[in-house]
Parts: sequence; C-alpha cells; structure tokens
Amino acid sequence: MSGENLARRRLLLLAPLALASAAGAGFLVVLDRMKRGAYDPHTLANPLLGAPVPDFSLPAQPPATTGFDSAALRAAGGPVLVNFFASWCVPCEMEHPQLIALQRGGAQIWGIAYKDSSAAAAGLLSRNGNPYARLARDEPGRVAIDWGVYGVPETFLVDRTGIIRWHQAGPIMPETITETLQPLLRRYA
Amino acid sequence: MIPELGHFALALAVVFATAQAVLPLWGAARGDARLMAAAPALALGQLLALATAFAALIWSNVVSDFSVLNVVQNSQSLKPLLFKITGTWGNHEGSILLWCLILSLCGGAVAAFGGGLPSALRARVIGVLGATSAGFVLFALTESNPFLRVWPPPMEGQGMNPLLEDPGLAIHPPILYAGYVGFAIPFAFAVAALLEGRIDAAWGRWVRPWTLASWCFLTGGIALGSWWAYYDLGWGGYWFWDPTENASLLPWLTGTALLHSAIVVEKREALKLWTVLLAIATFSLSLSGTFMVRSGILNSVHSFANDPARGVFILALLALVIGSALLLFALRAPVMTATGLFAPLSREGALVLNNILLCSIAAVVFTGTTYPLFAELLAGAKISVGAPFFNATVLPLALPLFAAMSVGPVLSWKRAVLGPALLRLWWAALAALAVGLISSLHARLLPALAFAAAAWLVFGAAAEIIERVRLFRIPLADSLVRARSLPRAVFGSAIAHAGMGVTIAGIAGMSLAVHTIVALHPGQSTELAGYRWTLTDIHDAQGPNYVARVATILVSRDGRPVVTMTPSRRSYPLQQQSTTDTAIHTNLLFDLYAVLGEERDGAAVLRLHVNPLAPWIWLGGLVMALGGGVSLSDRRLRVGAPRRAPAAGLKPA
Amino acid sequence: MKPLWLALLFALALAGPARAVSDPAEMLPDRAQELRAEAVGQQLRCLVCQNESVEDSDADLARDLRRIIRTRVQAGDSNKQVIAWMVARYGDFVRLRPPLRPLTWVLWFSPLLALLIGGGAAGLALRRKPAAAPPLSPAERKALADLLR
Repeated sequence: MSGENLARRRLLLLAPLALASAAGAGFLVVLDRMKRGAYDPHTLANPLLGAPVPDFSLPAQPPATTGFDSAALRAAGGPVLVNFFASWCVPCEMEHPQLIALQRGGAQIWGIAYKDSSAAAAGLLSRNGNPYARLARDEPGRVAIDWGVYGVPETFLVDRTGIIRWHQAGPIMPETITETLQPLLRRYA
Repeated sequence: MIPELGHFALALAVVFATAQAVLPLWGAARGDARLMAAAPALALGQLLALATAFAALIWSNVVSDFSVLNVVQNSQSLKPLLFKITGTWGNHEGSILLWCLILSLCGGAVAAFGGGLPSALRARVIGVLGATSAGFVLFALTESNPFLRVWPPPMEGQGMNPLLEDPGLAIHPPILYAGYVGFAIPFAFAVAALLEGRIDAAWGRWVRPWTLASWCFLTGGIALGSWWAYYDLGWGGYWFWDPTENASLLPWLTGTALLHSAIVVEKREALKLWTVLLAIATFSLSLSGTFMVRSGILNSVHSFANDPARGVFILALLALVIGSALLLFALRAPVMTATGLFAPLSREGALVLNNILLCSIAAVVFTGTTYPLFAELLAGAKISVGAPFFNATVLPLALPLFAAMSVGPVLSWKRAVLGPALLRLWWAALAALAVGLISSLHARLLPALAFAAAAWLVFGAAAEIIERVRLFRIPLADSLVRARSLPRAVFGSAIAHAGMGVTIAGIAGMSLAVHTIVALHPGQSTELAGYRWTLTDIHDAQGPNYVARVATILVSRDGRPVVTMTPSRRSYPLQQQSTTDTAIHTNLLFDLYAVLGEERDGAAVLRLHVNPLAPWIWLGGLVMALGGGVSLSDRRLRVGAPRRAPAAGLKPA
Repeated sequence: MKPLWLALLFALALAGPARAVSDPAEMLPDRAQELRAEAVGQQLRCLVCQNESVEDSDADLARDLRRIIRTRVQAGDSNKQVIAWMVARYGDFVRLRPPLRPLTWVLWFSPLLALLIGGGAAGLALRRKPAAAPPLSPAERKALADLLR
C-alpha cells in the first residue's frame, strides 16, 4: 500500500475516536449546564416570547372583586409579572416569599389561580400574604393553555406595550430576582 | 456488622480489580508467564469479593436494616420477602453493584472457561476486563456506595416505587445487565487483539460464543422489559421508543451485527477491523446507554433518580474506557492487514448487507435519541423526537433487512448464484405473498407488509433446514441422519431468524388492536371485538402493604363464558402512590386486557383492550434467545476449541 | 450550597395526580373522528410527562389537550391545523415527530446518510484488489483444517 493510501487509512480509522470524542464533549457541556440549572430536558421554549399576550378574559379570584383580561394587561402601563399559581402546588409555596419581596420592591404582579378552587386559593393568600396587585382565576385551565403553561408556577414578564419579554417555568428563587428580574424590570420600566 | 463486611468486600474488589488490570497486561507485554498466570486467580478473587458485597446488601435488605441509608430509602419492613430481595437492585446504588458483580462474573467466566486460549491473549482479555471493572467498582465505592450508614436509624423505611413491586422486576434487570455487561468480553477480546496486533480466524471463533451468550441475555432482557411495560404500566403498549428502551436496543443492534460479522472473520478472514470496531462500539453503547439513563440528560419514562454529579463520574469513566479503546484502534488498526475480499453476491456479501442495515438502524436510533440534546446544545432549539419519528425511519430500513434475512443463509460462501438460491425459497415466498394478500384485506399496507415479512422469515428458516436435510426428496430416515449431522449453529440461526418472524407477526398483530373506555355499574356490560364484558362486582381487598379495589369482569363470547378477569387498583399508603394492576387473559392468539380506573357515581371506569397476537412479540424474543442457546451448544463453538498457529507478529500493510 | 437538585426536583408541580384510565365521555361518538383524534394525539407530546404522547398519558394537562384536540377535530380542523394550534402554544417541543427544517435535516436524512456511508465503505472494500496471500505452511494448513472441522 502506498504512503498516501496509508495516511488516508490512518485518518479514516481515527474517525471513530473523533466521533466519540465529539459526543463525549457534548455530553460534558450538557452535564455542566444541567448542574448550573441551565439545561433541563423537560422544559420547553415558550413560543410567546416576543409576542403580544394572547386574548383572554378571566373572572375574579377572591380577595379581588374583579378579574382581568388581555386589554387590562396591555393597558397596565408598565412591566407586569403574570404569575400562574395554585394552592395545591408545593413549589409555589417555595416561591411565595420571593413574590412578596418583589411586590415590596415595587413590582406589579398579577396572579392567575390555575385549576384551583376559589376558596383554596383565597385561603393560601390569607395565610401567606397576598403579593398580587390583581387576581383572576382559571379553573378550567383553558387560558393557561393559550399561554403555553404546562405546570405551576409559571411566570411571564409583560412590557408596557403588552409584549411578553421573559418567561420562567418553575419557582422564582432569590437569585432569580437579583440576577434576572431586577435588571429586566429596570429595562422595561 | 454485615454492611461493614460488604463495604470492606467492595473496597477489596477495587484492589483485586486493579491488580487484575495491571499484572496480566504487564506480564503479557513483557512475556512474563508468571504474571500472566496470576490473571485467573485475580479475576476469581474480584468475583468473590463482589459476590460477598452483593450478598451483604441483599442481607441488609432482607432483615430491613434501617441503619443502612440505601435500605431506608428503598425498602420498608412490610414489603414481601421476594421484593425485599429484588428491591436490592431496584435502585441506583444496588443496580450499579449488580452491574459490577456481572462484570466480575465475565472476568471469572473467561478465567474458568478460557483454558484453551493462548496464555497471552487470555491474560490480556482478563486484564482489560479488570481495568474496566476497576473503574466501575471504584465508582460504586466512592460515588454510589450502597453501604452508607444513617444514625439514628429510622423506625421505618420509605418504601420503593410500587411500580417496581413486581415479579417481572426480579428477573428483568439481572438478565438485561448480563446482556449489557456481557459485551464487555467481546470488547476485551477486541482490545486484546489490538494490543497483540493480530486478528485471525481463530480470534473470530473465540469471540463468537461470548458475543452469542451476551446477545441471548440482551434479547431476553429486552423482551422481558417490553413485557413488563405491557402488563405493569397498564398502558396497553409494549414499546415506546423511550431513551431507556433505545439504550437497550442500540447494543442489541450492533451486537447482532457483531454476531454476524464475526462469522465472516472466522470463515473468510474478512471484515476483521470492522468486527473489532463493532465489538468496541457494542460495549460502548451499553455503557453510554447506562450513562444517558442515569445522568438524567434525556427525557425518559422509567429511570432512576437523576444526579448530574454522578453523570460526570460515569462520563469520565466512559471517556477512559471507550476513548482508550478507540485510541488504540486508531493507532494499531492502520498497520494491520485488511484482507476483506468478497463478492457482493455471496454469504459474506449478505452478511455485509446485514451489517450495513443493522448499523444504519442503530445510527438512526442513536441520532433520534440524542438529537434533542444536540439540537439544544448547538442551536438552542427545543425539539422532541418520539415514536412517530422512529416508526417512520426505522421501518423502511428494517423491511429490506427482513427480506435479506431469509436469502442470506441459502447463499453459498465466496460466490453465489442468486437464481438457484431463490428457487429453494419459492414456497416460502409464495406463503409470504399469500399471507400479505390475505392480511391486506383486513389491515393497512404496513401491517400487511409486516405480516408478509413475518411469514417470509418463519417459512424461509424452515425452507433452509428442509433444503439442507433434503426432506421429501430422499427417504425420511436419510433426512433424519442428515439433520443429526447438521451443525447445531445452523439450527440455531434458523430458530433465531424464525423467532424474529414471530416477533414481527406480534408487532403487526398489535397494530390491529382495539380498545374502548367505558363506565359500567355492576351488572352492566359492554361489547368489544365480539366479546361481551360484564362488570359483576367491585370490592375492596387488603394486601401486605397496600389496599386494593378489585373489579370482577365476566367475559363471554356468543353467550359462553370465556374468562373472569379481576383488574385492580392498588394504593400504597406509605409511598402515597397508586398503581393499576392489569388483568390479562391470553389464548396465545388474542390478549384480553382490562384496566380499572376511577369510580364515579357508583360506576367503574374500565379500559378494555383486545390485542391480537400480542404474546407473540415476547414469545419471538424468547425463541430468538433459544436459537442463540442452540447455536451456543454447537460443538464447534465451545470455548477454547481451536488452537492457533504460532504468532506471526504485526503484519505490515 | 443551595440544594440545586431540590429545585430541579420540584421545578414544576404537575396538575393533579396521574390517573390510570380516562373518562369515557372524552371519546368522540363518531368512530372515524375519534380515530383521527387519536392519531393526532399520538403525534403530540404530553408536556408534563417524561416521554408519553397526549393519548397515552393520564396527566390532567394531557386530558385537557385531548379534549381540545377532539373539539377541534369535531369542528372540522385538519390534522395539520390541530398540530399547528398546539405548536403555536407550546412550540415544536410538543411534536413527537419533528418538522422537516434545516435544524432537523441531519435527523431526517440520517437513514439515508447511514446507508450511503455503509454502502460506500462496502463498495470501496469490493473494489480493493486482492493482496497476494502468502501460501499456507503445512502447520497452518492443519490448523485451518482443525478450525473448520
């Protein structure tokens, strides 16, 4: 076999190692992102990001006396955090103190009780405090589907023009506020 | 005390495994016979140590020693004894220990049965197995130690996932792992051959029985797993193209290819480098399958607790094992002779086609399983790849494979002529055509094609045997004499191919399955697929660690009772989980399948299925494994039978 | 350190406990429509589950989505329209059969690619000229006979 042939052969036989190394490097990066919480195979990219809020109209969730709709949300005139929650949801309990802190810091949070009885959701709020400026309820969960919600808690940031700018599935943690939400709220204020 | 003994034995196993890796490989490199001769004893030592550790863990589970964290997390005192034992490997730590035990069994098996191998080759094989073992046992000891204590011990354990409290779980993982891990032996043979710089027909013959044995276990393990999903999960499905399932299918596909390419190495001394690569790839896929399932980087229905930290350790281990094998391949393979000479139309040509198709399917399954991961990594896009994709891409590759499966065995080696070969299969082809046409009256195109393929495989396998013994063309007694002198491997491969046909028939039959969901009050009945299902009664029952709600359904056909079925719903108070206990009645042609749901206003919601040919899916798997077993009993395949010529060293290319 | 795994574990609460059997009232009275709805549902991923289709899952959300699929099928939407409706809300992640776009070219063409590579390699091997093999020594001849016995 000629030298050139041998060189080509060497290159060819190196291919399996190259392929495996590439796959291994990929796995390593994914594992690293997973450890930092930046990768989760179960989450999805919400297609509403950068799009206007979907049309909806929801009834009131006590203690509020009036519900709200998409028009009210667009007319709110500042960044609004829309938070889907439920009293049966354990991570929501974890998130609650952060919502209170956000509200005290001047953020406007609108809550939507998801698949929850009106009394149970109201009970949760009287027990743990009410961080919500406005409250509505979506007991059938149909509006939540229009928002691309697949579990609770989920939070959306809506800017003054009614465009959704940010979305998170899963609880807001203290570092979510400092690292992500505060800069965003300032930017869209 | 017993857990400490287990802990100590586990540590000892690390020492043995390290010695098993270092001494024989060093000895083989230096030509030191004494060092090489230490290999079997070290392998047996490691096996003994791990068997002790495993026994200690079973003991801790059986006596419900709640000072052991692993037992607390996965057991409870009320659990039946059988599930206390099987629960040992129903969790991450225990299953890793089982994995290590089976790996050391592989080393032990080569030590015990490899007496006929050249001493240097045997030392290298055992050494490579030892090196692999060392990594995994070290992982078990440091990252997933099942013997960690907890103080003060709680009064009661947390119990295990009730879905796993099932006799199927008793045998499924050990058999599946025996398949996965068994491919470590062909892998070790491949690495040893690369170290020696020599692959020949004898090597092909030595590596085959080990491949075959692992393949049988893996086939049985996959069939059992699919069966378990069918009756335990209660969804009426049997294969979901879930990453966990794909992880077991991948080494099966490449392992099947390896099984066939090793024949070419043995008979024709061709495909040598390819076979070595396949041996490495098969074990690598077994390992990476474990990694993908354990690290939680992929979406999977059935998996253990996910932990990225463990993932990093396993990935490092993988990089070492797979990386060094492939590096060795890249360094050594270029200078080894390639004598791959074959005509496209020949037995070896057909085996090459088999390899191309099997590996293409494996490539598609691998791409599909990991694509969501890499799509997000490289493009930041979130996509899913599920059953509809795999069904659409794998079937077009599988159909030509099935078509070729019956033709290959009747082709002769070196150079075959297609005409006479096909002539021997004429009646199998006719039968397949008839089956296809008849089923096309009742089913859509794909199931009809699958039915035809199934008939083609079963009758093709029969035709091959009939042709070989010249049945009906010479007196029957002479045919029997011929049959007796036929190598068992011929029967084995025919049985395995027919088994594949049986499985395909089952899969095609399942595509005709019907189901319904009804709410019935006791006394009411419904009709499905010609059967009348009457709910006669619904009552409570008490189990050892659960309470159950049991429905009694009388199934009848044309007014005659067929069977009484009792599906139930169990709730486990400790785990706060409920499971459904499916009722299945089979007559081997149909499965009647009933699941009990919620009760509303006195009516019980029932999901009823009639699944044609469902049992054939797993029956075919067992037939395939049986075929492998028959092949394995072939005199020519007995381990260590052949002797090889004195080593000629590296041949320049 | 913050127990990150805990956050991952409880990232989302799924709506309601999983149930084994769904509601018979869910099924459409028209058999053809029901079969079409099932076919569409099997193409769509149950978002809160691990890897099941909307049809297989008994999670609350899957049930809601099943109901929506059936309403739309009954209203006369084509399969494509129903899937597009879902994709508008949940993105391509909801499709178990990913669409063919540049991102998925490698995926969808992987069977062809694998066959081409395999066939090409086999073709190259076929074209290889036979290397003159050294004649067997008598000892080798005997060994070979033993082997192939």
